[in-house]
Amino acid sequence: MIGGGIDTGTRIVGPDVDFLAIGPVLALAVAALVVILVRAILRKRGPVNQISLGVGLAGVAAAGVLLGIQWNEVRDDGTITTIAGAVRLDTFGVFLGVVVLAATAMSLFLAASYLEREELEAPEYYALMLLSAAGMLTMTTANDLIVVFVALELLSIPLYVLAAFDRRRLSSQESGIKYFVLGAFSSAVFLYGIALTYGATGTTSLTGIADFLSANTLFEQGTLLAGLALLLVGLGFKVAAVPFHMWTPDVYQGAPTPVTAFMSSATKAAGFAALLRLLGVAFPLYRTDWRPAILGLAVLSLAVGSIAAVIQTDVKRILAYSSIAHAGYILIGLQVDTARGRQASLFYLLVYAFMTVGAFAVITVATRKGDDKHSLDDYRGLALRRPVVGGLLGFFVLAQAGVPLTGGFVVKLEIFSSAVDAGEYGLAIVGVLAAVVAAFIYLRIAVALFTSPGGEAADASEDRPVDRWTAAVLAVTTAAVLFAGILPGAWLTFAKDATFL
Amino acid sequence: MLQRAEILGVRDFYRDYFAVAVLIGAALLMVGAMLGAGRLIRPVRPQAEKYVTYEAGSDPVAGWGQSNARYYIYALLFLIFDVEAVFIFPWAVGLEGLGTFGVVEMTVFIVLLALGLVYAWRKGVLRWA
Repeated sequence: MIGGGIDTGTRIVGPDVDFLAIGPVLALAVAALVVILVRAILRKRGPVNQISLGVGLAGVAAAGVLLGIQWNEVRDDGTITTIAGAVRLDTFGVFLGVVVLAATAMSLFLAASYLEREELEAPEYYALMLLSAAGMLTMTTANDLIVVFVALELLSIPLYVLAAFDRRRLSSQESGIKYFVLGAFSSAVFLYGIALTYGATGTTSLTGIADFLSANTLFEQGTLLAGLALLLVGLGFKVAAVPFHMWTPDVYQGAPTPVTAFMSSATKAAGFAALLRLLGVAFPLYRTDWRPAILGLAVLSLAVGSIAAVIQTDVKRILAYSSIAHAGYILIGLQVDTARGRQASLFYLLVYAFMTVGAFAVITVATRKGDDKHSLDDYRGLALRRPVVGGLLGFFVLAQAGVPLTGGFVVKLEIFSSAVDAGEYGLAIVGVLAAVVAAFIYLRIAVALFTSPGGEAADASEDRPVDRWTAAVLAVTTAAVLFAGILPGAWLTFAKDATFL
Repeated sequence: MLQRAEILGVRDFYRDYFAVAVLIGAALLMVGAMLGAGRLIRPVRPQAEKYVTYEAGSDPVAGWGQSNARYYIYALLFLIFDVEAVFIFPWAVGLEGLGTFGVVEMTVFIVLLALGLVYAWRKGVLRWA
């Protein structure tokens, strides 16, 4: 008898939903669906591209307004927990939501002219990017390992497609398939970590795990520690920390440049959101167990990211390795595990988003047709031929190196002083050494920009003009990086308000 | 009390996995013994032809293409509605208990899936040409 055991009359009450808490996610998801609908209804290419971009930007703007409302609400009235504790809206989540959304908006701007130029299917691109951003926003407020996993998949799957979006270019296909295979594998590892953690604690809720661990003492911790280790592996992959970084150079190099900008800024912020929340909310009692692991990840990321970049000759690959090193700096703030350290990490993520998007924005317009000529030789003499474009690339790589008066200097200073504050002198010294090594490669790019190419004369007619969308991104990122470097006070207060996990 | 149960649970967990480890070890030993014995007994006369994937003589690369790659899109579209059915059946059984909220949720779900189909259809993937 089918359904015999079920009393169909029983009222099933779902959990309460606070729509403000998931509003930004809904705004992005709805925008993505409208883009798909518009593409399905309208046929003409030109207007469809314009409308899709408009809808996408409207969605991002709506999400931004909602994040602003959330910020005020949460700062005044405290944390909001909703949907049966699965979503936890706090200042920390809103802060990283702002980082993700800023990176998304800038990446959409970059994509607008890029897609037209490379003759790619624009609406699908916008829809995928919006869905990925929706996953990232879900990640920043997730308070349950299952929600973290769903968010991880929602942000990853569109990224696999986006990395391979330039279907005619072999390197783009290669980057997509590599990212997909390794990403799927890391998701499986992460899922196994969830299973083991659930096996040890009997809950998947982050606050629930913390409650269980403070009320009970496990005599055999193997299962829980194995689970925690696997969770760290899964998230370490997303933030590109060594030794889970193998995919980064290939994927960053092959993916369309606006996608690379998006991956290096927004994905990193979302990955660190989950990492900070996991370690800070669920496992504060196990800090003696995870701090050495994070220490190892940080030191390896700094060493490999800085040293491996030195032997690279492709600018996108150099920036990929530098993004690994930057993950190392952010991990230092995580490792010291103080409010100051978390503040430094959050501040770093915010400023790094502008530095990296700025650098990749220049790269989208710096070279000639196609998107695979990024060797240092192609950039030789760029600043002499095109002073503004070349000068800006020089500015962004020097900012990433940490030259004073740029945001890159202040964020590194904050990270190091938070480490010194906590008595982690060794880690601070490793960080400074890595910065010195990395400065060499950034200077190599800067020098290449200002030396004349010699040999064949550059043909200026093939140069790509800087369109207004890219110009807007460059203006915003330059202003932000300078502003963070000269007047970091407001940014630091913003990050400080966001450290209450 | 709960605490003790938890500890016992974790111990059992390891015991189960110990059995798995023993089985893996036994499997490796058995396969190793059989292949090793074969290696010792059989004569070894290598020929290039023997190392081709299909020893029968058919080329494993060029002759491969029995199913059209374009079927994948139908598989994908089928999967969408297969999963939809998985969700709809339990929903239909519990609909009375779910009330209006359940109807709205399922409508949203079906509209989302239908949007995917409309998109695929308008993009022309359903046309076989």
